[in-house]
Amino acid sequence: MSLDLSPDEAARINRAQRDVESAKSKNLLEVRNLSTQFFTPDGVVHAVDDVSFELGYGETLGLVGESGCGKSVTALSLTRLVPNPPGKIVAGSVVFDGVDLLKLSPEAMRKLRGKEIGFIFQDPLTSLNPTLTIGYQISESIRQHMGLSNKASVDRVVELLSKVGIPRSRERLGDYPHQFSGGMRQRVMIAIALACDPKLILADEPTTALDVTIQAQILELISVLSDEFKTAVLLITHDLGIAAGMCDRINVMYAGRIVETGTVDDIFDNPQMPYAWGLLDSLPRLDDVKSERLRTIEGLPPLLINVPDACRFNPRCAYSRDICREREPQLTPRGTGQHVARCWATEPGGWIG
Amino acid sequence: MATQTRTLTGAGAAARRSEGVWRDAFGRLRKNKLAIAGAFGVLFLLFCGLFGPILAPWPYQAQDLQAIAANGNEPLAPFQNMSHPLGTDQLGRDIMSRLLDGAQVSMTVAFVVQLVVLFIGIPVGAIAGWLGGRTDTYLMRITDVFYAFPDLLFIILMSVAFRETAFGRALNGVLLVFVAIGLTAWVTVARLIRGQLLSLKETEFVEAARAIGVSDRNIVTRHLLPNAIGPVIVAITLGIPTAILAEATLAYIGIGVQPPRASWGTLIAEGQGFIRSYPWLTYLPGFFIALSLISFTFLGDGLRDALDPKLKGKQ
Repeated sequence: MSLDLSPDEAARINRAQRDVESAKSKNLLEVRNLSTQFFTPDGVVHAVDDVSFELGYGETLGLVGESGCGKSVTALSLTRLVPNPPGKIVAGSVVFDGVDLLKLSPEAMRKLRGKEIGFIFQDPLTSLNPTLTIGYQISESIRQHMGLSNKASVDRVVELLSKVGIPRSRERLGDYPHQFSGGMRQRVMIAIALACDPKLILADEPTTALDVTIQAQILELISVLSDEFKTAVLLITHDLGIAAGMCDRINVMYAGRIVETGTVDDIFDNPQMPYAWGLLDSLPRLDDVKSERLRTIEGLPPLLINVPDACRFNPRCAYSRDICREREPQLTPRGTGQHVARCWATEPGGWIG
Repeated sequence: MATQTRTLTGAGAAARRSEGVWRDAFGRLRKNKLAIAGAFGVLFLLFCGLFGPILAPWPYQAQDLQAIAANGNEPLAPFQNMSHPLGTDQLGRDIMSRLLDGAQVSMTVAFVVQLVVLFIGIPVGAIAGWLGGRTDTYLMRITDVFYAFPDLLFIILMSVAFRETAFGRALNGVLLVFVAIGLTAWVTVARLIRGQLLSLKETEFVEAARAIGVSDRNIVTRHLLPNAIGPVIVAITLGIPTAILAEATLAYIGIGVQPPRASWGTLIAEGQGFIRSYPWLTYLPGFFIALSLISFTFLGDGLRDALDPKLKGKQ
């Protein structure tokens, strides 16, 4: 932007352009057949296996599943931050705003990170550098990407800090991370993610390290600010309750694959995959007084080395039959619209109707 | 948003002051009596080194022949004649002036050597630690070679090899010795920095910095080195006495500072022939060497305790 605009005005124009873009009803992010593998001494780990999904402008998409299902690796793959070695994106495309990120030069990719795609990490305690002031850490991406003068970037940081609800923000610029509580630090992380007014925020379990009351505040903040900034959010969580409150649509991931995709209503009212039932069953419920223990899904996700051609959930599935062990089901439509699931039993003609 | 604003003002209302890592460390250092004593010793020596030539009652090479003639051609003892407070040597040169000149040499050694160490050690260690892999292996094997080579032998070889070049003659031959000492001392810092970076580069704040598009170079210089600098400060401080001792040793055997300039090492060498008759000629420079070694070591130990976050809150 060659005009001499204040950061606020620039951001407003940015958002107006974004409205125009979203009106074209093109997707902001289209992930096609993404596969990321880790080459370890024990063998090749298929951490993300043939994953496809799309995310519209300003949409909030949930990515849910247990630990070790490939959620975080998916997010890292989108920004090409998978540690290499041992990790490598082996196939697929990630089209972001019309550009295939996997084909960009490392330098071009670096310039895009933080500017177009913000990242909120799980643990705000370790994701901030203890030796740098928060003012420096927030302004870092602004100076990096927006080319603002020092004074303008300070103003922008102050504005961001008050947006994320840190009081007396100008006085706190010179403070170090250890002078903030966990919730406050996550607010700082959100300010960093929003600093350059990105089109997409990847939130990787943003509240897992926080207590429940702070969790509610942080989620509220993410949802308010993503509406205000018209930012799309990819929310990674293992908590379906959070996903239900925040997301427009949900992808359920299991063992490196997407096993069910649908709107929040689809997934909650009419889940079509035993794994999703398991996740829903394991949510604590206030209205269920009888059961004393939380329900769990027996077993663990499989190791993703030498994955057989079979439904990956079948060893833990109460409904599995021979076909589940012989061939892997495909994502097929269920009922209305975009609801798809990967399960032999709930397919038309399956044994669960 | 209403609930949110309320809790936040509550949390932020407590009175607080901005307290950096350094202020914290300084607070701990101040409680350590030995370290403070060391710091005063260091300040005293720095003062001598900086202002010695101005404070010295005589030029370091001036011979007061009248004074020793009046003393029966024997050197003046300390406090014997107040125009030479610490006495003279057998040539009538003022000992205090020569000690102050030696202080200048030693303090210059202390800092020039550590500059060389920083300029080589930090980049080598940072590159090896950050890039890892083959680069790391090569750089560390080179470091091992430097580490394994006998230091004094290396310095003597360098002084002989470069004695006749312009570099060898610069600053009366002193620069060559300083650089040679530095070239033997950088390995410690390089290893330290490498070790720090190997562990620091796996931290999440590095991933977070990558995620906002910070370049590798800035990650290393802005994010990692500040985190690694504590142990380096300690190593540098503790490296100073080693450098001072090395310079004194070399001067004693006649390498480096050339007469008539004085170094504590040359003063000992000149005085040792008369150690029975005129012991102060040897003891006074010996005392200054000991004082500087002890001061820097106490200060370095104190800094190590103060900068070690694991000791936070103890003592």
